Amino acid sequence: MTEKPALYLLQDGKLEVTLRRICHQLIENHPDFTDTVIIAIQPRGVYLGQRMHGLLQELYPEYDIPYGELDVTFQRDDIGRGRNPMLPNQTKIDFLIEDKQVILVDDVLYTGRTVRAALDAMLAFGRPQSVELLVLVDRKRKRELPIEAVYKGIEVDTLDSEKVIVRLREGGGEDSIRIESR
Amino acid sequence: MLSTKHLLGIKYITAGDIHAIFQTADQFKEILQRPIKKVPSLRDITVANLFFENSTRTRISFELAEKRLSADTVNFSAAASSVKKGETLLDTVNNILAMKVDMVVMRHPHPGAPVFLSQHIPACIINAGDGAHEHPTQALLDCFSIRENVNEFKGLNVAIVGDILHSRVALSNIFALQKLGANVRVCGPPTLIPRHLPDLGVQVSYDLRATLEWADVANMLRIQLERQDIRYFPSLREYSMLYGLDAELLSQLDPNLVIMHPGPINRGVEITSEVADADQSIILDQVENGVAVRMAVLYLLSGRSQN
Repeated sequence: MTEKPALYLLQDGKLEVTLRRICHQLIENHPDFTDTVIIAIQPRGVYLGQRMHGLLQELYPEYDIPYGELDVTFQRDDIGRGRNPMLPNQTKIDFLIEDKQVILVDDVLYTGRTVRAALDAMLAFGRPQSVELLVLVDRKRKRELPIEAVYKGIEVDTLDSEKVIVRLREGGGEDSIRIESR
Repeated sequence: MLSTKHLLGIKYITAGDIHAIFQTADQFKEILQRPIKKVPSLRDITVANLFFENSTRTRISFELAEKRLSADTVNFSAAASSVKKGETLLDTVNNILAMKVDMVVMRHPHPGAPVFLSQHIPACIINAGDGAHEHPTQALLDCFSIRENVNEFKGLNVAIVGDILHSRVALSNIFALQKLGANVRVCGPPTLIPRHLPDLGVQVSYDLRATLEWADVANMLRIQLERQDIRYFPSLREYSMLYGLDAELLSQLDPNLVIMHPGPINRGVEITSEVADADQSIILDQVENGVAVRMAVLYLLSGRSQN
């Protein structure tokens, strides 16, 4: 059987347009960024989080928007269920989120379990006033938990056997979103 | 993630396993600095701490590690149990496992007891010290503490000083340091150094000053009087004169020498109080890191307990 070629959903310039669009949606909802913080989920939300943070700071140089990275490995709900425990990544949050408006960033929203773990992991840094989810790709109708994104780049219909891969230039190479068959 | 189902000794794990444990422990160490130090990782896992031999540090450290991971724990000490009535090790452990325990942390006076258990019971076994054989989590936390103070293990000179013969800490440290690429030299009175040690690729010296001048890190072991069935040296005073580290000797050495001790310290025997409390001493860091390292070991082995 020949392998199907990867299907590219968004590339380079177009992805940048999408990111800027999300940025402006953020600005609509957060007219004043004084109480807003950005937290990216390790490992794959980090490049997106850094990019969004950079874009916002470009537009609002007068605000210093706190940015953190959150590892959710120890909060996963599948530990001890036959799967090998995963190695953790670094959590870097040097501020409290007590009473803050948190924008939680990840690249792909699929089952929603990572986001659930992130909500749990976040509690160690305080009780946020609100949490909004920002994702680049929403894999529709694949949710196992009642979790939805407020800001999304694109929505796609996918099969379970497919994999959505987001590459950003922070990680080397060009910006791209593609679907691969496993 | 680890190449093994149990942690029976450093001998049975790979350098890759050690690095995975360190990487995980780094994150647990960060979590332990937070106001809320608990994570839910082992929420539905039960751990039995079976201590057939006395322990303060290791036992509290394991218990804290388990609690920080949200595991359920049961504690057992041989002094207050049916072991005194003649129950065998296998029976004791099987009875505890019948109550649905997933992981067993065991300290036992007989070398090889955890290996024996791992061959006969389905739970995951973590060796918390077996006789004079191995004490893997101590070696892991020692190396983790060294790692915080040096750039790399490759080519690092580590001296292990004192009662090598009765020390499980020494053997586990030798295996761990060698797997990480460090050079190991042991030093102590000839009667307290096992004859086969050079076969492990370890250098042997009977001269403390020369050894410490060579070393980047010195791990000063405790004289285990309780294990010494005969007199191995004439007196503690003579031992401390020849193999004890005091402030005067320390002042003549490289100021970057890192001083370690696995505890409990016999102050004035292996090291004097001034040395134990010196800036170069990382003894309390070792204790602090113990919890993070044990959390890493428990976490990384937890997924395998039900297979």
